[in-house]
Amino acid sequence: MTKKYSKWIWGVPLWTLAIAFLAPFAWMISTALKPDVDAYKIPMQWIPNPFQWDNFSTVLSGATSVLPAFGRSVFVALLRVAGELITATMAGYAFARMSFKGRDKLFLLYLATAIIPAQLLLVPRFIYFQKLGLYDTLWALILPGMFTVLGTFLMRQFFVSQPAEFAEAARMDGANEWRVFTRIYLPLATPVMSALGILAFVWSWNDYETPLVLISNPDRYTLPLSLTNFVDEQGQIAPGLTMAASVISIVPVLIVFVVLQRRFIAAMTHTGIK
Amino acid sequence: MATATVVAAGTKARTERGSGIRPSGWIGFLFIAPNLLGVIAFTLIPLISVVVLAFTDWNLVSGLGGITFNGLDNFVAIARDPGFWHAIGLTLVYVVVSVPLTVVLGLALGIALNRPLPGRAVLRAIFFLPYIVNVVAIGMTWLMLMNPKAGLVNQVLDAFGLQPGWFASSHWALPALIVMAVWGGVGYCSLIYLSALQDAPQQLYEAADIDGASAWSKFRVITWPSLLPTTIFLLVTLIIGASQGFGLIALITAGGPGDATTTISYYMYQTGFQFYRFGYASAIGLVTFVGVLVLTLLTWRAQRGRALND
Repeated sequence: MTKKYSKWIWGVPLWTLAIAFLAPFAWMISTALKPDVDAYKIPMQWIPNPFQWDNFSTVLSGATSVLPAFGRSVFVALLRVAGELITATMAGYAFARMSFKGRDKLFLLYLATAIIPAQLLLVPRFIYFQKLGLYDTLWALILPGMFTVLGTFLMRQFFVSQPAEFAEAARMDGANEWRVFTRIYLPLATPVMSALGILAFVWSWNDYETPLVLISNPDRYTLPLSLTNFVDEQGQIAPGLTMAASVISIVPVLIVFVVLQRRFIAAMTHTGIK
Repeated sequence: MATATVVAAGTKARTERGSGIRPSGWIGFLFIAPNLLGVIAFTLIPLISVVVLAFTDWNLVSGLGGITFNGLDNFVAIARDPGFWHAIGLTLVYVVVSVPLTVVLGLALGIALNRPLPGRAVLRAIFFLPYIVNVVAIGMTWLMLMNPKAGLVNQVLDAFGLQPGWFASSHWALPALIVMAVWGGVGYCSLIYLSALQDAPQQLYEAADIDGASAWSKFRVITWPSLLPTTIFLLVTLIIGASQGFGLIALITAGGPGDATTTISYYMYQTGFQFYRFGYASAIGLVTFVGVLVLTLLTWRAQRGRALND
């Protein structure tokens, strides 16, 4: 009996802390559901009165709708995830389980580029994309995300841990390299691939810095950029609309997070990238 | 940046050689080609370009033909640029305050979350939540929460007689960013610590219990040393993250008020994408990157020295 209660000695302060920690999200939802005149009420009114959905209907319809931006974010994320999964899985597999001239030197080159921060590459990317006509298009966001060094590492680390005997046996039976890869090793890799997929999705979905630099036309804004549409030229934020749009921007990652929580946290904590 | 993963991979690359993998000639190269071509186009060429650009004087107005090499001029200019040193100073303050605070609080939270708790899985998820939300949604929310006149934060602080001006004040804008960074990062740190704590040597704790060791000495002698690699990993990733990100600052303060939040990454963003001085911006980026790299290597060195002494 005492044991049962002892859980709460730490439980009560931690839950209190957790609730305080969630306050910004509670404020976001509360503000999204009330008229703007109540947003800065003193004292703070947590339960909206009057309660209204108007902010959501405004950001989901007409000229102010964030749905087109939502669609663009989905498009960008899907292509990036698909591209990264395909190219990283193949390259990671070859680095781990195939042998060819210059492999180790090439891998060292990959190692060296992995620590380059993306921000450093923004100036040359900006210039090249202008020359190539990709500036201010979604391809400026999609293409670099399809070929990543980090994804290749993750996949290589996985394939290195898989026994080489599978391949030897299959080759003995006359299977070619592509068959060995797709029939034997690829099915084993689904957990790692889903972890990489989650990472790539969240990374793409939340990216703000790249579109800030490479997209200028508001008709091509992805979702994070479009949240700034509800700030006027004097820098005044429309609280209700901004928060309603913010809630919408969080929903997809939240769904992925809740459904795949275990795998999600493993993916995040094992790689240390955001 | 997955620096730790990279180092681990490097160690493995050496040990794995000669494990009897059959040479597959050019086929292996074909597997790598799609990724490699993309990496060359979107990472390697830009990387070489940024190094070359750092030795040029070039802006958007002068066009592609207007590139002139100016040797070390950019680097000399950086050394004499008060704006650069101001930004470096701010970045150091931001990093030196926010990173250790995040790591220490993350450790405390990680230890607390390692105990049997009611609804522990939900608690962990709650603290992790800020980490998965986009910076605009978070930034906009905090900007309003920290409204100096009517924001929720100052409504609470009013009880203590405090009314900081937050983003409206040149003294409080950087602390406001630090508060946000700590709030956003502790949950991530606590989860990393949590997975390290679960690998901690249980038999040592049992032995210490038999010897009647106090909770503090158990922490100092067993827990802390076993968490050292994790701590270093977190320090390195957070230092890199805190010194490179400019999104939040571009969104909320645009470096201001005045230049109170013009950190080095924002200074580079400003130089490159507001003044279009590509050569100078590249030089700033390069200098900063080398600085962070040296800092990272020193941190690793320190850890290795420590491990040998133990």
